[in-house]
Amino acid sequence: MSAYDLLIAPFADYGFMRRALVACLCLALGSGPIGVFLMLRRMSLMGDAMSHAVLPGAAIGYLVAGSLSLTAMGIGGLIAGLSVALLSGVVSRSTVLQEDASFASFYLASLALGVLIVSLRGSNIDLLHVLFGTILAIDGPALALIGGITSVTLLTLAIVYRPLVAECFDPGFLRAVGGRGPVYHALFLLLVVLNMVASFQALGTLMAVGLMMLPVAIAQLWARSLTAMMALAAAAAAVSGYVGLIASYHLELASGPTIIMTAAVIYGFSILFSPSGFARRLFPRPHLAG
Amino acid sequence: MSALLTLDNLTVTYDRHPAVHHVSGFFRAGSLTAIAGPNGAGKSTLMKAIMGELRPAEGRLQHRLTRSDFGYLPQAADINRRFPISVLDTVLLGAWRHTGAFKANGAREYRGADEALAAVGLGGFERRPIGSLSAGQFQRVLFARLLLQDAKIILLDEPFTAIDARTTEDLLGIVAHWHGEGRTVIAVLHDLEQVRTHFPETLLLARECIAWGPTAVVMSADNLLKARMMAERWDDGAGVCEPQAGSTLPGASRSPKPSIGGPAA
Repeated sequence: MSAYDLLIAPFADYGFMRRALVACLCLALGSGPIGVFLMLRRMSLMGDAMSHAVLPGAAIGYLVAGSLSLTAMGIGGLIAGLSVALLSGVVSRSTVLQEDASFASFYLASLALGVLIVSLRGSNIDLLHVLFGTILAIDGPALALIGGITSVTLLTLAIVYRPLVAECFDPGFLRAVGGRGPVYHALFLLLVVLNMVASFQALGTLMAVGLMMLPVAIAQLWARSLTAMMALAAAAAAVSGYVGLIASYHLELASGPTIIMTAAVIYGFSILFSPSGFARRLFPRPHLAG
Repeated sequence: MSALLTLDNLTVTYDRHPAVHHVSGFFRAGSLTAIAGPNGAGKSTLMKAIMGELRPAEGRLQHRLTRSDFGYLPQAADINRRFPISVLDTVLLGAWRHTGAFKANGAREYRGADEALAAVGLGGFERRPIGSLSAGQFQRVLFARLLLQDAKIILLDEPFTAIDARTTEDLLGIVAHWHGEGRTVIAVLHDLEQVRTHFPETLLLARECIAWGPTAVVMSADNLLKARMMAERWDDGAGVCEPQAGSTLPGASRSPKPSIGGPAA
């Protein structure tokens, strides 16, 4: 088997592989930076919660469209994700529950509701698709939705970069200079939901957050500055997507889980060999003179 | 001398219990005032009320300042010290008044940041991540950011707690520099020696205003004893406060409990 057969032929020969690859690259570009901000706000688990919150909306979209229409499910997911984000925000502001607790309650309810709705009409195969994604079934409109979400994400991040950094780093300062922190927080949550909807199409509700948080953990192990972290997270996600697709094609494995496993392998490697990793602890370098 | 910021019978409460109780008076434009008093005296609460983070339960603040005229260094800033941001970028946030949320930093902002860092003795630290700084160095960074903010009125809440003598001395130099430039500085302080040496005016607070005026007059043994007698716990069975008609002159307090409050010296 030549290098061409191994690395390029799957994408040259099959349109569904090409669309899957483009979808992965889009997701990587958008989710990487979003994930970095999530982690820096100590909201990593909220990303997970969000990905489940999308499910009931997607399930209703599936019921209405009568098939696994990714566009209908995407729009339904968007509405559901935004409602959960809004509701839990309201609950945490008006009760003693912290935002993470209210999120946890809402996403568990959402997950249960979503699985119930799918199982009302659909088969177990459909349920598997909803839970684990159908990256090889991404069609033109779904790809346009994913690409659009990525573009909106990157443009918005570029515009609100300074206030977003200030809100993450020193919210008190932003408040003192009258910087309208809550507006940027809400905008950021909107971006999280959008990216979850995009990711849900490809990787399903259970692993949508995988292409967001694993690359961020990898980036945090290697990079020191914020920009480097975001670039590295996007790169790690893109590499995971490409390698995962190639591996799943040749080894005839399920694509979504293979992509996430690739990211997990890179993460394991990073834990061992990054500057703060185990290998460095076993073989420390001598300290400097001053 | 004109009043820059006037407190008019200001009361701020937590769960209806007053933390700042019927305080009236004003900060002169260009004054350098220390706020002293025991723990729980409402010093930080007063700062937060001035910054608009807490709403007064009664009374009001009067001033003609805008948001960007204020520079504020809170006591325990909820700053994420592990955030991957450089010293220079942190200081540049101080240019918010010029750049706002969206405008790019220009040559003027970079020059200002360089000068501010040099002024706090951190020249050469520009590219260092803030996570690698000591507590004292980080406090210097926050002072550099305040310098760049170019604020008319600067509020410092216990700026020298857990800071070593040399850093404190340097930062007090910056406070004196602000005073010399005609800015109004208000600082919450615990070290009474520091108050006596560096701050011409003092507001002695024990929920109520014990005294407000020239430091030498305010910091009398009598007043300090009064401040120390303030009950730390609030009274769970306290009734509703019925204010008497009292003086609202600057430097005077209006107190429902004359045994503790009393008019200013």
